[in-house]
Amino acid sequence: MSKANLLDRRSVVSSLLAERKDAIVVGGLGASTYDIAAAGDHDRNLYLWGAMGGAVMIGLGIALAQPDLPVVVITGDGEMLMGMGSLATVGLQKPKNLTIVVLDNEVYGETGGQASHTAATADLVGVARACGIADSRAIPTMAEIEAFAPSMQDISNGPRFASIKIDSANLERVLSSRDGQFTVTRIRGALGFRPI
Amino acid sequence: MKMHARTEAPSETAPEATPSWPEDIFAILQRFDVRQVPYVPDAGHSQLIERVLGASSMRAVPLTTEEEGVALLAGAWAGGQRGVLLMQSSGVGNCVNMLSLTQIFRFPFLTLVTMRGEWGEFNPWQVPMGSSTQGVFELSGIKVLRASHAEEVREVVEAAAGQAYNACTPTAVLLSQRLIGAKVFTK
Repeated sequence: MSKANLLDRRSVVSSLLAERKDAIVVGGLGASTYDIAAAGDHDRNLYLWGAMGGAVMIGLGIALAQPDLPVVVITGDGEMLMGMGSLATVGLQKPKNLTIVVLDNEVYGETGGQASHTAATADLVGVARACGIADSRAIPTMAEIEAFAPSMQDISNGPRFASIKIDSANLERVLSSRDGQFTVTRIRGALGFRPI
Repeated sequence: MKMHARTEAPSETAPEATPSWPEDIFAILQRFDVRQVPYVPDAGHSQLIERVLGASSMRAVPLTTEEEGVALLAGAWAGGQRGVLLMQSSGVGNCVNMLSLTQIFRFPFLTLVTMRGEWGEFNPWQVPMGSSTQGVFELSGIKVLRASHAEEVREVVEAAAGQAYNACTPTAVLLSQRLIGAKVFTK
């Protein structure tokens, strides 16, 4: 299953987030959330342990509320496929501060490695572009990941979409907080909002 | 062909050609500083959607499916804004798993739902979901309020917005088909 030229997901995410500055990061259900946790807990991380298909829309809600902050959604191909319509919604809203990154291992890794649609036919970059996200690309190398990471800070030029083909190896789980109220209150606190 | 026409609502509930209750709702949303308004269109919400599209303080967000709106409002809350989801009863079933977010994040979820499948419905396909709308919400932990007459819309929506935004109590307002008028299908 493993192909030599595919990227290591942990290296990809830690590279993307190494210079994240004030960015808010949303992690989609599944291994993406573990990758973000592995890159280091942060009070601007929102970890999803459910709500499959919702990661991009949660990111859009944050991006519209905080147009001066970079917002990065990092999710998997299965989670993205479930919320594919949200790419059309993002394409319509065109939030300049939103970046969507899909870590595409072409399988449902959490449930036994069943093939996803991207393994055979579905082209998420094509979908994103056809939905009106003009800056949609596949990123095949670590060098290009490192070059792409600073562009996520650009809040005048989004939305942007990147699909990164990664190795499908199941890595050790790095568990983030599963308490949604805690993480959402922590983000709100970091942005200066008090509890009700 | 007037597929989107509705019957005149009963005269005792909405005498004007342009009902005033959508204006009442719009004023309440403004007063509660609602900023993001995701929607899947419905004829019963058309007047309110027009007002939202014309409001500089509000961002109208057309959706491809209603569950997107639940997730959007969770994100809006994380980012410090309030929102309201506009949909019709058939869309409520599309939201079920995403409604988990209202309990997980305990965010101020408010949705205004125009009802189909009741009160003189012509289209049988609307009836199953219209009949289970309230039950689906209640099973999902959402409080349900209903407005059936134009003159009660203001106080019902005000109460719903109050408990949603002040107490983070997820709330749905069902706007009855009796209020809106049953959709008429003519050749």
